[in-house]
Amino acid sequence: MTTPLADVASSDATLRAFLHGLPGVDRVGADQRAAMLGTRSVKATAKAEAVDLAIRMVDLTTLEGADTPGKVRAMCAKAVHPDPSDPSVPKVAAVCVYPDLVALAVDALAGSGVKVASVATAFPSGRSSLDVKVADTALAVAAGADEIDMVIDRGAFLSGDYAKVFEEIAAIKAACARPGDGHDAHLKVILETGELATYDNVRRASWLAMLAGADFIKTSTGKVQPAATPPVTLIMLEAVRDFLAATGRKVGVKPAGGIRTTKDAIKMLVLVNETVGEGWLDPDWFRLGASTLLNDLLMQRQKMATGRYAGPDYFTLD
Amino acid sequence: MTDAEQPGTARADEAPSGRRSSAQGRAEKPGAGKRRIEDAGKAGPGGRSQESARLAARLAVRKTYKLYIGGAFPRSESGRSYAVASSEGEFLANASKASRKDARDAVVAARKAFGGWSGATAYNRGQILYRIAEMLESRRAQFAAELADTGAERPGEVVDAAVDRLVWYAGWSDKIASVAGAANPVAGPYLNLSSPEPTGVVAVVAPDEPLLGLVSVIAPVIVTGNTCVVVASERAPLPSITLAEVLATSDLPGGVVNVLTGSVKELAPWLAAHMDVNAVDLTGVADADLAAECERAAAENLKRVLRPSVPDWSADPGVRRMTAFLETKTVWHPTGV
Amino acid sequence: MFEYAPAPESRDVVDLQPSYGLFIDGEFTDGSGAPFKTINPATEETLAEVATASEADVDRAVRAARRAFGTWSAMPGSERAKYLFRIARIIQERSRELAVLETLDNGKPIREARDVDLPLVAAHFFYHAGWADKLDHAGYGPDPRPLGVAGQVIPWNFPLLMLSWKIAPALACGNTVVLKPAETTPLTALLFAEICRQAELPPGVVNIVTGAGETGAAVVNHPDVDKVAFTGSTEVGRLIARGVAGSGKKVTLELGGKAANIIFDDAAIDQAVEGVVDGIFFNQGHVCCAGSRLLVQESIADELLEALKRRLSRLRIGDPLDKNTDIGAINSAEQLARVRELSAVGEAEGAERWSPACELPDRGFWFPPTIFTNVAQSHRIARDEVFGPVLAMLTFRTPAEAVEKANNTPYGLSAGVWTEKGSRILWMAERLRAGVVWANTFNKFDPASPFGGYKESGYGREGGRHGLEAYLDV
Repeated sequence: MTTPLADVASSDATLRAFLHGLPGVDRVGADQRAAMLGTRSVKATAKAEAVDLAIRMVDLTTLEGADTPGKVRAMCAKAVHPDPSDPSVPKVAAVCVYPDLVALAVDALAGSGVKVASVATAFPSGRSSLDVKVADTALAVAAGADEIDMVIDRGAFLSGDYAKVFEEIAAIKAACARPGDGHDAHLKVILETGELATYDNVRRASWLAMLAGADFIKTSTGKVQPAATPPVTLIMLEAVRDFLAATGRKVGVKPAGGIRTTKDAIKMLVLVNETVGEGWLDPDWFRLGASTLLNDLLMQRQKMATGRYAGPDYFTLD
Repeated sequence: MTDAEQPGTARADEAPSGRRSSAQGRAEKPGAGKRRIEDAGKAGPGGRSQESARLAARLAVRKTYKLYIGGAFPRSESGRSYAVASSEGEFLANASKASRKDARDAVVAARKAFGGWSGATAYNRGQILYRIAEMLESRRAQFAAELADTGAERPGEVVDAAVDRLVWYAGWSDKIASVAGAANPVAGPYLNLSSPEPTGVVAVVAPDEPLLGLVSVIAPVIVTGNTCVVVASERAPLPSITLAEVLATSDLPGGVVNVLTGSVKELAPWLAAHMDVNAVDLTGVADADLAAECERAAAENLKRVLRPSVPDWSADPGVRRMTAFLETKTVWHPTGV
Repeated sequence: MFEYAPAPESRDVVDLQPSYGLFIDGEFTDGSGAPFKTINPATEETLAEVATASEADVDRAVRAARRAFGTWSAMPGSERAKYLFRIARIIQERSRELAVLETLDNGKPIREARDVDLPLVAAHFFYHAGWADKLDHAGYGPDPRPLGVAGQVIPWNFPLLMLSWKIAPALACGNTVVLKPAETTPLTALLFAEICRQAELPPGVVNIVTGAGETGAAVVNHPDVDKVAFTGSTEVGRLIARGVAGSGKKVTLELGGKAANIIFDDAAIDQAVEGVVDGIFFNQGHVCCAGSRLLVQESIADELLEALKRRLSRLRIGDPLDKNTDIGAINSAEQLARVRELSAVGEAEGAERWSPACELPDRGFWFPPTIFTNVAQSHRIARDEVFGPVLAMLTFRTPAEAVEKANNTPYGLSAGVWTEKGSRILWMAERLRAGVVWANTFNKFDPASPFGGYKESGYGREGGRHGLEAYLDV
């Protein structure tokens, strides 16, 4: 790393001193700020633009034990044409699947511009050896994944073993490289904020992931509650803002899990706008990890076009 | 301030309370309806065939009286019931006869509700108690009729007193800490602050005073953040289930109040011995031996026990019934740079 | 470009009448003074014509209140309580209407009127309703008695909220009132009069008289007023204290302030920035307890200033009825002139002035959020109450110096302390000569919490158990 913070990770002690030297987060104040921004009212043309932007930011996700090639193919079709009856609807940013289904998704999305993201590193718990995690990542990268969504070792983080978390992220980052074509997979680091419990931990984990090389920091796996709450997203946005100021490197943010309605999505966009500004209002820097959100966005889009509320039967399931 | 702390603001749809005179005018009808069915010879003790012939034109639809547990109205898991008669000996309805397993389920429901209810703001709890008062007032005629069946004199006034009792306790939610708490001047560089906190799940054996007594034992328990399991008056249980209908439509979270009907002798010892119950109010245990047995059982996990002499329900209740189910928590914190 | 598009709250919920009278003895009546106009400070349009109460009108109101006092004070507390609960409910039911009217007349953002003022107004009536039948538990002995007729004069910054702070405890304790709202913001008080009628409050218990300073003087100086309650400037508070001296009237005064908001280097910075913004730009800084002096530990002063400037650039200034507006209009031309004058003095005295780039509307009274840096304790901008969106930033090195600077003012209403260290909060709070100390938060109000000042910020407390004393003969 060639940043002013290069030597922070030189030992467990320096890492610990740095992370614990970050300003604290007052929970009540952070909750109130997020709640206040949740009252912003986005209307008319601004809302129409926000809905389309949100669609373009969606990582359409299926992460079930029951996932099959058929299910993934159907989801890929939906990702490219979210509303078959309306060609003006933009494509989503990416689909997100398990490593063994990456090749299939790459095939289904070839030439569409929709990216393929894969979870890796013994998702969702992250409870395995580093070797297995690297192999898991390598499988997805070799299959053509554009993005890797890894989970951090929350157990190590909560027990204070920051160096272990750091080294794992750095190792996965290395496994994302494709030395041949120079097209490295982007690394999203999932903090699983619901298990980190405190906002101070969310801030520290955000910095830890960024220091270790994350291209994106992501709130949650979607398997643990609470997931992507507005205050947690706010704190992560503050972290990328401050990290850019400190190092000159820009990192993206992806709230995932629990974002189900257009209203939820627009609240997220407002948080981005008011915390880090327009520079992050782009699918390259902000994503929404979701599955059911997409159809709510489509219903809202149709409501704005027709002036009447839409019904779920008029949108495809996947 | 969030909406969640202001349940009242979200409810602009409440109807103004009805005029007393007209409500009183309707007071006799539901009771009359009940007698009508009995007289039709379906279940009543002793038919009055003349009147039944006159009234046979329409058969009234009766209400089934069930238990109130976790915000739902289940029958007793035992499938048992018992016949409830009016003060004049007429059959009124079959009430569920709760079993020890129903009592167990009710304690589970009360425990589950405790975190949310005790964690709600005092303002929020006060708003909900006031809402209960509003809903009770709106059913004044119904309660007056049910109380009349239990033999209550001037039942309308009893309902009024019960409504006013709820309003009195509603106001206590955000004041009890100012009265029962204190900043303590300890001799040292410390902040020292004592505040009351709810004790937990309270088992309440309600008195044989079907509405005013019932409200007077439930309100002080829940206003401070406790949750409760109430054993209703055995003799006159019907108004307590109707009160549960009021509670269920007052934004009171399910499980905060659970109402069991049945045998006090059967249920009270189980609740008094239950290791996940924190306190017990034996107001309604008339039998001195049973009360002593309950007190002994309560000693096992050192439940707080309230066993007052027979109260005068029309008197100023004071704060005793609230403080009986409050703990005092004292926090020390150093003062220094 | 991510924009929100205008989101104006509808004015249609408010049924504005062309003219308003006085509310005396349960009836709306004409005033004998020359009527005045109340305007929307965001547009300068006239909203309505309002009656001026003369000395004779005030006398009528006081006599009505005196007549009502007999039955009102003799009524069981539980019955008085139910009137107040009714009023609280009607306020909740009509909160949209009241919020829009408050914003129209005052210029404050609808978001604040809707989310802060109105919920607090209703809460004050709920809270005090509960006291009406519990006064013997309040610590003032058994059966404490009311004082009689309360003459109350309130300011224009929180018109309806200040009304609730005055009327709710007075009524709960069994007093009757004659209240004069500020001449620039009389409308919500008059709508409140209508609410009293909907609640079937007995005539004469609440009387609202409108007018300017002379009407206010007639209220507080009336010989049959037993209790005077005033919220406003220290200057007028002093006049009132002098005026009622020797009369035996009980007086409470809630006056000006120049609160220090103290940020230590270990504070939760993002939340501290929010607290500073909330402390001084909430309600355009028209807040007596506003955190108008920012005291920052020198080691983080630059960092904090930068964060503050970034945050200020995100504030949305403009149409108060727009739901996304953060900063509305200055309440009056007179107040705008004062804010401008003191800001000019600040610059002349050598402080550095900064405001974010923002477009202000052409009509109406507007002032951008402003920060002064390089401020010395001796500057007027650090001593005088600006009562506008103007922040003076100073630095300190040690906790003791922070306390010294914070207390170095004739005022003593409030203070803020930001640090993650609990014992330091308490150490600071012990030494700060202020009636309210907020730690890691600012501008928080609750009916259960007493509010009021030390020194020239006035005397007496409003809210909580302690606030009852002001309306009881104890």
